[in-house]
Amino acid sequence: MFICVHLWLVILKNLRISTVENFMASVLFFLFAGLAIASAISLVYHRNPLYSAISLVGVFIALSCIYVTLAAPFIAVVQILIYAGAIMVLVVFVIMLLNLDDEKPLNRLRYLYAIGGGLGLILLLQTFFIFYAVSKKPNQYIETDETVGKTLSIGSSMYTEYLLPVEIVGILLLMAIVGSVILARRFNQPQLELVVDNELGKRGDEEGKEDYRIAL
Amino acid sequence: MEPSLATYLALSGILFTIGAVGVIFKRNALGMFMCIELMLNAVNLTFVAFSRYYADVTGQLFVFMVMAVAAAEAAVGLGIFIAFFRNRISIDVDDASILKN
Repeated sequence: MFICVHLWLVILKNLRISTVENFMASVLFFLFAGLAIASAISLVYHRNPLYSAISLVGVFIALSCIYVTLAAPFIAVVQILIYAGAIMVLVVFVIMLLNLDDEKPLNRLRYLYAIGGGLGLILLLQTFFIFYAVSKKPNQYIETDETVGKTLSIGSSMYTEYLLPVEIVGILLLMAIVGSVILARRFNQPQLELVVDNELGKRGDEEGKEDYRIAL
Repeated sequence: MEPSLATYLALSGILFTIGAVGVIFKRNALGMFMCIELMLNAVNLTFVAFSRYYADVTGQLFVFMVMAVAAAEAAVGLGIFIAFFRNRISIDVDDASILKN
């Protein structure tokens, strides 16, 4: 109880609620932070993979709103586009494709509960340590440059200063495409045939196969 | 202005903790995958917060790189899941035990 009150006082001291704007920013931050944490807990809690996926979309949207309050609109939009738009659609497709049912509770790996609880406790303590250490540090409100985070600044530094990492990421994505195609393929795959060939085989050769070949 | 850097780091740490605990508790490979995505997002939040408070665009560029790696991971990981599901009719990580004997 005392720890909670103390923590709350430290949070309030760090907020610098002085103007209406700062107050609104704090309210929005706590709204979306609560939404993100609640969705994350729901992600771990639910046993149905589809419910977990929907909860993860909630986390992504809440984090995207937090990015907007952090003056990073490009990252916020990309977060929605890539994570909620591409990756989660892929995950939901795989869940539907495999027709998964609820996962059964752990029975023979019960020691994992102890390991997970210990790891969670350690990470949580580390989080509170970082919170106290950083909030004690003075001078953490550096006057910010308003152009940082806009699409122009990100694009210009992406194609001048960080050109090599961007190229490497492109090669990585190409490798991922090739790898996923090879992984998801059946190994005893029947010989691939064009649909046009089957159609022509049914109809006989009177229409002229070469014309179709050329048209294709 | 606004909440301080420490609160953003605290939120990021809490999300990372939930993700790490979820990776251990989940038995479903897709659930583990989603918890790993959650941990990556927590780290992204740290990058964006530092980028805001040091007025440096490098953090946001690195967030972009992390997103690209997450997309590649999703493509390859889901391919592996489908191949695994085709051999064993489940996606439970306890069933991936060919190398155990």
